[in-house]
Amino acid sequence: MPFIPHTDDEVEAMLGAIGVNSIDDLFNEIPRDLLIKDLDGVPDALSEMEVSRMMRERAARDRGARCFIGAGAYEHHIPAAVWDIATRGEFYSAYTPYQAEASQGTLQTIYEYQSMVCSLTGLDVSNASLYDCASGLAEAALMAVRANRKSKSRRILLSAGVSPTYEKVATAIAGTQGLTFERLPLDLDTGASKPGSLNEQGEPPIAVVIQQPSFLGVYENVDAITDWAHANGALVIAVVNPTSLAVLKAPGSWGAAGADIAIGEGQALGVPLSSGGPYFGIMTCKSEIVRQMPGRIVGRTTDLDGNPGFTLTLQAREQHIRRSKATSNICTNQGLMVTAATIYMSLLGAEGLRRVALTSQQQTAKLLDLLTSIKGVERAFSAPHFHEAVIQLDRPVGPVLAHLAANDVLGGFDLSKTYPELGNALLVCATETKTDEDLDVYRSALQDAMSAAA
Amino acid sequence: MTEQLIFERSRPGRRSYAQAPLDDITGAIPSEYQREDVPVLPEVSELQVVRHFTRLSQQNFSIDTHFYPLGSCTMKYNPRACNSLALLPGFASRHPLGPASHGQGFMECMYELQEMLKSVTGMKAVSLTPMAGAQGELAGVAMIRAYHLANGHEERDEIIVPDAAHGTNPATAIMCGCTVREIPTDSAGDVDLEALKAVLGPKTAGIMLTNPSTLGVFERHITEIAELVHDAGGLLYYDGANLNAILGKVRPGDMGFDVIHLNLHKTFSTPHGGGGPGSGAVGVGERLKPFLPIPVVGKSEQNGAPFYDWLTEDDLPQSIGRLSGFMGNAGVLLRAYVYMRMVGKDGMKRIGEFATLNANYLEARLKEAGFELAFPERRASHEFIVTLKNEAKTLHVNAMDFAKALLDKGFHAPTTYFPLLVPECLLIEPTETETRESVDRFVEALVQIREEAKIDAEKVRGAPYTTPVRRLDDVKAARQLDLAWKPGPSANS
Repeated sequence: MPFIPHTDDEVEAMLGAIGVNSIDDLFNEIPRDLLIKDLDGVPDALSEMEVSRMMRERAARDRGARCFIGAGAYEHHIPAAVWDIATRGEFYSAYTPYQAEASQGTLQTIYEYQSMVCSLTGLDVSNASLYDCASGLAEAALMAVRANRKSKSRRILLSAGVSPTYEKVATAIAGTQGLTFERLPLDLDTGASKPGSLNEQGEPPIAVVIQQPSFLGVYENVDAITDWAHANGALVIAVVNPTSLAVLKAPGSWGAAGADIAIGEGQALGVPLSSGGPYFGIMTCKSEIVRQMPGRIVGRTTDLDGNPGFTLTLQAREQHIRRSKATSNICTNQGLMVTAATIYMSLLGAEGLRRVALTSQQQTAKLLDLLTSIKGVERAFSAPHFHEAVIQLDRPVGPVLAHLAANDVLGGFDLSKTYPELGNALLVCATETKTDEDLDVYRSALQDAMSAAA
Repeated sequence: MTEQLIFERSRPGRRSYAQAPLDDITGAIPSEYQREDVPVLPEVSELQVVRHFTRLSQQNFSIDTHFYPLGSCTMKYNPRACNSLALLPGFASRHPLGPASHGQGFMECMYELQEMLKSVTGMKAVSLTPMAGAQGELAGVAMIRAYHLANGHEERDEIIVPDAAHGTNPATAIMCGCTVREIPTDSAGDVDLEALKAVLGPKTAGIMLTNPSTLGVFERHITEIAELVHDAGGLLYYDGANLNAILGKVRPGDMGFDVIHLNLHKTFSTPHGGGGPGSGAVGVGERLKPFLPIPVVGKSEQNGAPFYDWLTEDDLPQSIGRLSGFMGNAGVLLRAYVYMRMVGKDGMKRIGEFATLNANYLEARLKEAGFELAFPERRASHEFIVTLKNEAKTLHVNAMDFAKALLDKGFHAPTTYFPLLVPECLLIEPTETETRESVDRFVEALVQIREEAKIDAEKVRGAPYTTPVRRLDDVKAARQLDLAWKPGPSANS
């Protein structure tokens, strides 16, 4: 019996202690007609050896491609120590630190994490993380509603380069409470939000969301948008990539007053791509609105002997205390991912993270030069980019990507559905993990694809 | 025993050189977007990092180190193979937006996981995308709401929740734009049927139930409840928090539930990770199928071989939409898949059986030792409640004191003060993976604590003594907020 330690003798003795004859007797409060005999859809058990062989074969089928897709999930080198330590049983198999005295390891790690992301984002307080950035946008929007009671609006205005997926997720989660999301128009020359489009807004929104760098890899004029939002009674929600914050202006320094809330996809900080999760959502904010923040928060305090220690705090915001009046229904954070990210940030430090950010920017710049040397491939925007950029092809993107994939190059994210105004556009990404040789492989593969499909 | 903050180990200019790119870097950021300050991350060596976090880990109780009978959380053993296989390079390095052609291995696992979950729950379709139990709840209630809206019943916005429910239930209903009608539990621990009838009506959207309930007993009137709610035009939502109790014995789909969420981190043994990641797959009956959150994995044939692909907005136009950036906590789902394959068909049944055996045995032993059960006339499910109201009254040692004193005896505490309607309660869930010996030792520990309280209650109220810190000042934590370390004037010097 996998993972069940009982011997037959023990079962007998235990049933005797309970005072029943059989295990079936323990289920005698369940209506008889509901009991089932067999689970047809579950195969017979495999041994660990058998399941390992099967999983290795399946994993091997998914390997081998050079990946130039970013679009919200980024391949970075993960130091060996990160998951070696994070998967220690004491982190891996512990639960939410309700018993603080027995959970100081997790609690102090979260406190250190909160300190690090507060510094990266330039804001005062952080929670212990959300599920991911996409759902984080929904939580941030709902938080903005609670924190901005002066505004009567239920409209959230998005910069042109907020991830279209984040918008979909935020709509699915927060739309049921009457929030609507609208986008600023895209400037086809720079790839950022169209300058001047802010002044074409009617009723001011309750919050403005600015993604920096944008989903399309370019920079928004965050200072101007932040100041406009504040002048119009709206809060500012920054959507950031934590790697970029080693070099980019922190949301807390945007405009005259700084963004009010920052969220970000934490995956880049030492979390494997792993088909999309588990990742974690970063959320920080100004201290004035901390009581509107969703999710767990760890604070430092003292114990009976006056020694420093850590505990969950401000729990009066949360569902297990406030029930229907809670700031959110969120219960768990992404604890293990936060542990990994804290180890990652400690190993890299500010200088290491800066090197990752700038090397990624550099490799994407090189990739752009290589790809646009091919006939029929052009840069979409004139403005500078971070570690992602848009190219335009002289033909539909789908078949070209399929041709590349057949040669084990995953060429990027096809934008033709999400940004049809950009035509045959492709979002490409190269991080520090891509060598110059990798970039050359992509260039030759694209050259082939363009000649083949011509 | 306390560990310095990693920031306090920092020295200017120290680095872990091997972990970041070494080359001359030509990458650049336009000056107007650059940050002027340097973020405050520690400057430490790799050894310092490894030592610091290893030491921190050693300050945790965990399943791997301690019996962890935390009620309603199903802290069972997390098999090592589940982790190592989910982290195989082919799975770990797969980009979520990579083409299906380069993800068939992963997607085959996900499709089979959907099928297995349908089988163990008796539902008609499954979506794996919700990232935690609470998000599964959100998906479930959103589907119920979408169903009523699609049928032209905008007025159906009331969600009925028993008073014993997890706090996430009412919080979820509110997040979905619904209102909450709370109903009481009767003295035997079942839903009060008269109270239920009184709140059912044309505004009823549905009811959220956990079965076995958070009181540790099976809801005996479930068939009748299902009929009442359905007759009133409402739907039934199953909170899967306690599925471990009945796995392989009885299925929510057969009980009449229309939608369920599963906590894969409980029943299917994916790690709790110090508070996540969870995974909250949802299953639905026939009428909610069109509203499932996306993406879902579909199976077709290509060149005579099975081909797995994503079902998205185009395939499920009435879907409540996307709940995550990609497809939920994929790596957690892989761990659950490996677990289910190792447990197999017969093992599923044994999980429910032995979780129930351990709980009933522990309950019988505690009763024998003179502790008061909240529902002594009922059969325990995979968990049960002890009330320490007598001890609190006569010995002046309450449930929290017992919980803290257990830590000194090498046990993680059970869930305390939940459910809210039983005074001074411990909600105890041993799970099927614990040996009889560890269950016995836990009984001895509780008996010992009670004896110690008779001799010196003050001492028990001061527990724990052996943990890295003693009881913490929660009031100070909330009043004098210290939520992030900031460098002082002399920091980094």
